[in-house]
Formats: sequence, C-alpha cells, structure tokens
Amino acid sequence: MEETQQQIQEENYDYSVVKGFVVMASVYFVVGTFIGVYIASELSWPFLNFDIAEITFGRLRPLHTNAVIFAFGGCVLMASAFYSVQRTCHTALWSNKMAWAVFWGWNLVIVSAVITLPLGFTQGKEYAELEWPIDILIALVWVLFTFNFIMTVAKRKTPHIYVSNWFFMGMMVMITYIHVANSLVIPVELFKSYSIFSGTHDAMIQWWWGHNAVGFYLTAGFLGIMYYFVPKQANRPVFSYRLSVLHFWTLMFGYVWLGSHHLQYTALPGWTQSLGAAISIAMIIPSWGGAVNGMMTLSGAWHKLRTDYILRFFIVSLAFYAMSTFEGPVMSIKTVNALSHYTDWTIGHVHSGALGWVGMVGSGALYHMVMRLWSTEMYSTALVAIHFWTATIGTVVYIVAMWVSGIMQGLMWRATNEYGTLKYTFAETVVEMHPYYVMRTAGGFIYFLGTVLMLYNIIMTIKMVKAKGGE
Amino acid sequence: MSEHESKGLQAKLERNLLPFLLMMAIALSVGGIVEIVPLFYLKGQAAVLEDEITNADGSIKFPELATVRPYTALELAGRDIYIREGCYLCHSQMIRPFRDELERYGHFSLSVESKYDHPFQWGSKRTGPDLARVGGKYSDEWHYQHMMKPRSVVKESVMPNYPWLIKKEIDGEGIMKRMKAMKTLNVPYTDAEINAGATAVKGKTEMDAIIAYLQVLGTMIKFDDHFGKPEQRKNYRE
Repeated sequence: MEETQQQIQEENYDYSVVKGFVVMASVYFVVGTFIGVYIASELSWPFLNFDIAEITFGRLRPLHTNAVIFAFGGCVLMASAFYSVQRTCHTALWSNKMAWAVFWGWNLVIVSAVITLPLGFTQGKEYAELEWPIDILIALVWVLFTFNFIMTVAKRKTPHIYVSNWFFMGMMVMITYIHVANSLVIPVELFKSYSIFSGTHDAMIQWWWGHNAVGFYLTAGFLGIMYYFVPKQANRPVFSYRLSVLHFWTLMFGYVWLGSHHLQYTALPGWTQSLGAAISIAMIIPSWGGAVNGMMTLSGAWHKLRTDYILRFFIVSLAFYAMSTFEGPVMSIKTVNALSHYTDWTIGHVHSGALGWVGMVGSGALYHMVMRLWSTEMYSTALVAIHFWTATIGTVVYIVAMWVSGIMQGLMWRATNEYGTLKYTFAETVVEMHPYYVMRTAGGFIYFLGTVLMLYNIIMTIKMVKAKGGE
Repeated sequence: MSEHESKGLQAKLERNLLPFLLMMAIALSVGGIVEIVPLFYLKGQAAVLEDEITNADGSIKFPELATVRPYTALELAGRDIYIREGCYLCHSQMIRPFRDELERYGHFSLSVESKYDHPFQWGSKRTGPDLARVGGKYSDEWHYQHMMKPRSVVKESVMPNYPWLIKKEIDGEGIMKRMKAMKTLNVPYTDAEINAGATAVKGKTEMDAIIAYLQVLGTMIKFDDHFGKPEQRKNYRE
C-alpha cells in the first residue's frame, strides 16, 4: 500500500534537472582530472608548459582545483541533493524552474572559470581564485540552490527531516558564510580586485574558507550523499541513529575551527594555531563516527560486496575517508606539521580525500542515480568494475608517490651535515622528486581513465534507453 | 530511513525546520568568530602586528619594524603579475622559525611584513624555494635570465619559462587605479605617490616590474641579529 503510494508520488518528482546535473558531473569529472594529469605532467616534464602563458602550471592549477571541486563536486552535490531531498521528503521540488536556474547559473560559473583562469584573472587565494563578478554569480546561484532545497524540506510529507538533509543544509549555510566573507574585495577593474583583508588577517580568513570548503563542500555535503545512497544501495537502514546525531552536531560545531592548522609556525598568533591543532585532533571522533556509521550500515549485507560494484565504490570511499580523516589530524599536530607543511605530503593528503573519498562516493552516487533516473541497468557492468579498479589503484599510486616525496622533501630540507650546515641545496631536493612526480602522473592518469569509462558508460546507457523509446 | 523514535531536543529539532536551521547556523559560526575576530582587536603584548607591541611605559618595543612601507608603483605592478601567474602555488613567502629555514632563507617572517599585502601571498607549498627574503639575493640580470629560461641558470628547476613578460609594458593608468584602491584599504599612499604612479612605470615591462617586486621581498626590515647568540636574539613572537 505504502509502496504504491510512493510510486505514484515518484512520478511527480522533478528528475529532469537531476539528469542534467548527473550528465554534467560525469563530463566535468573527465575534464577536471584531465587538467590534473596535465599539470602533474608539467611538474614532471616542464617543457610541457610550451611557453604558452594560458597553459602554464600557475594558471592551470587553479582551473584544475576549481574544475574538480566546483564543477564535478558541485554537480554531484546538486544532483544528489535535488534527487534525495525529494525522495526523503516524499515531495517534489519546491520549484523545478528555480532548480533549472541553478543548473544554468552553475554551468555559467564553470564556463566563466574556464575562460578567466587561464587568462590570469585571479584573486590570488587558493580555491577562491575566481574574480568578483563570478563570485557574485556563485553567491546568487548558491542562495537559490539553498533556498529551493530548504523550501522543499519545509513542504515535506514526512514528520522528521532525514539525516542526509541535515548534512546538505549544514553545507549550504557554512559555504554561504565563508564564500561571502572570503570574497570581500575592492574591485579595481572588471576582472581585478584586491582582498579587503591583508597579511595575517587575510591568511586566517582564507584558511577558514579553505579548510571549510573541504570540510563542508567536500565532507559534509558528501556525507549527505553517503547517508542517503549507502543505505539505499545496501538496502539496509543506517547503522546507528544516535551516532549520526552525535556525528552531525560535533562536525558542525567542530570542523569550522580547523582552518588555522594550515598556518602552523607562521606569523599567525600561536594561540590560534594551537586551538586549530587541538580541535583538529578532536575531530577524529566525528569523522570516524561517520565512517563507522557508513561502513556498519552493511552489517548483514557484506555478501553484496561480492557482486555489487557500486557498493564497493561506497565502501572503499569510506575507507579512504577514515584514512584521510586520521591523517589530517596527525598532520595538524605542530611537530608533524613542521615536517609535512609546504611538501607534497599535503598534496597527497588532499588527494586521498579528493580521489579516494569524494571521487569514489560521487561515482557510486552517479551510477546509482543513472540506473534509477533512466530506470535501467548500466550499459556495461564490466566497465563499472574496471572503473572501480582504476579509481582504487590510481588513488593508491598517487598518494603513495606523494607520501614518499613529501616526507623525503621535508627530511632533506632540514638535513644538516657534520659541520651543522645544510646538507642539500633546494635544487638538489627538486631532482629527487622527479621519479615520484612521474609516479603521481601515472596514478592520476589511471584514475582519469576510469572517469572516461564512466562517462562513456553513462552516455551509452542513456543512448540504450533512448533506443528503446525511453527518455 | 530509521523508524527510531528520538526524544528530547534533537527530536524537536528534526521535526521543526526553522529551529533546526537556527541552531545549526549558531553552531557553525562560533569557531570562526572565536578565531578571527580577536585578530582585529588584540593590542599590546598580544598584538598581531609586531610593530604595535609596546613596552610597559607605552613606548614601541621594536622601533626597527617601522620601516615596512607600501610597495612602490613598479613593485605593486610586479606583485600583480606574481599573483596573475600563480607564483604563490609553488613558492611560499612565510619563513618558519626553524634552524634550517634560518640558514636557507633567513630570519623567520613577521606578521608586520605582510601588513600591506592584499591579498596575502604566504603560499602553502614549496615546489620551489620560499621567496619571503629573496630580495637582494640575486642580481637583476640573474632574475631576468631565470624568468626567461629557468633551466639555463638552475638546471634542476621545473619552473615554466616566462618569455611573454618582456613583451608587455605596464599600464600607467591601471597602476594609479590600483594604488587608489589600495589607499581605500588603508595602505598609506600619498596623493603625490599615486599621481606619480604612471610616470614611475612608464616604459617598464612586466619583467622589470616582477624583478622589482622580487628584489624588495624581505628587505624592508634590517634584522641585525640573524646569527647572534640565541639569547641576544629579539623575541618578536611572545
């Protein structure tokens, strides 16, 4: 009875916009990881800069980060948020038109980034490079996204607000705070501005943004995805309701303090650095709370891992999540940070989160949605399996390369000889990095191949449905 | 979807959207407020800018730090190019108080040294070396050669070539606009300096500008205690 009611409701859900986001997410996944592979190659073989300003490392690196975080990450988040909010609230979107406005607005932001970043228009702050007119557009689109989502929750037909929606809303509120604060600038020209903050103040506000872009966009948002899609794919309820409540509120309150751990031993006042480190360590608890809650949701359904590659994506992503949320607090400890900061270890850490957690949980969610939105099996299950293995192997190769090069770099910089003077010049340390930079490029390339397979598989699946007369 | 019946505050919150959002908005704002707001207000011994630290009698404790000045028109133009080319993605400008960094780069960086840096350029990665005190370390000619063909002077380098920097001249009107914008942000440029901005950069290429910027980095304060006995070194960080 209830089942039929739900089916009737489902016919009225607004899935067209979700389909748009799903397709664009898989396209941007290919683009973003391709740029990543290219700039990794530039570090391995500098001639690849070709003396062309627009494709040098310094200009493409912001495009890579913006493409994977905001283009791929954003489209996955918007697809899964709009998809799951309807299903968990048993109601259609508050406004389908507004959701489409978000779709076009967000894609306009991405196109603007692709044009302006290679031209060198940048605010010069990591992950917040886009110049002020685009920042204003981002803010507008983000508010529409948030408003539409919240209004959909408001008209829900269920008494409770489901846990995935808590995380999505947490992300929406926090990203609004930090995007607005960190983007406060004085415009000089259409694509040139100066941050209204300077020096130490600017550094603290930037990393309050920087860490929480990771902590809320790529963590809270993707935990929202996890809390909806893992139970759905495993066909089991969330392991522990209590754990999700504890996990949620500690994450909301605690994560926002972590930015200052990016500034250990800098000119930022010491108390702020120590506070950031202390709370970072405490954050192991909520992070692992989430990881355990996700993994244990499979209790009684572990056998499904043998056949279900989408579930494998989810479980491995949670393993990477648990690993990088352990590594992060360790790296925030001042003595460890003294070694790891400024080295490739940081880059490895970010990618174990980005490739292992965000990329894999995102891929799982995209496959799950494709099969339900188009009511079909995937065109090729074998390709899903190959994608899973390329993603896993690529990530491991990448992070191992960066661990080795990062720790080696840190140790070589501080090494002294028997006379107490520095043992290596900086240039000597750069040479030693070369094999690991090549290895990283290889790892990234393997991961990139997987994204191409996913895009191909999704396109063929949609074609297959259309050929059978579906939409 | 858990059928678990929760009790207490959480049960009320997850059934009522507005209180839930409000509670969350508060929880999300605490950390930022505690860590950021004091940085704008701390004075005296806790001052964020070391040139504001005072002795018990109210006098300035480190008068030698007053020499930090705004960038000249040409240096500012060079800084904009540094930002445009994304140099901060591979070069930090923040020396930490470690022995190896003292030997490699010089005195650790002070907050006061980036007080006119909108935005800050501390960086987060050293694919190349720190540049906070690169000023005066190499000649202008070396920098020119290094920017044109990095591997001709440092064969191990992975830095791109920047040949296009010699092709374009600095826009005089543009630099005046930039100085005016900086002035609205309390960077103490005089009107005379702003008006002279265009002539100061006349005929200068982007290469001239970025070299001027690199050559001023870390040179504004004259530290006299780099290699003095540790107990004689000034304790700029309390």
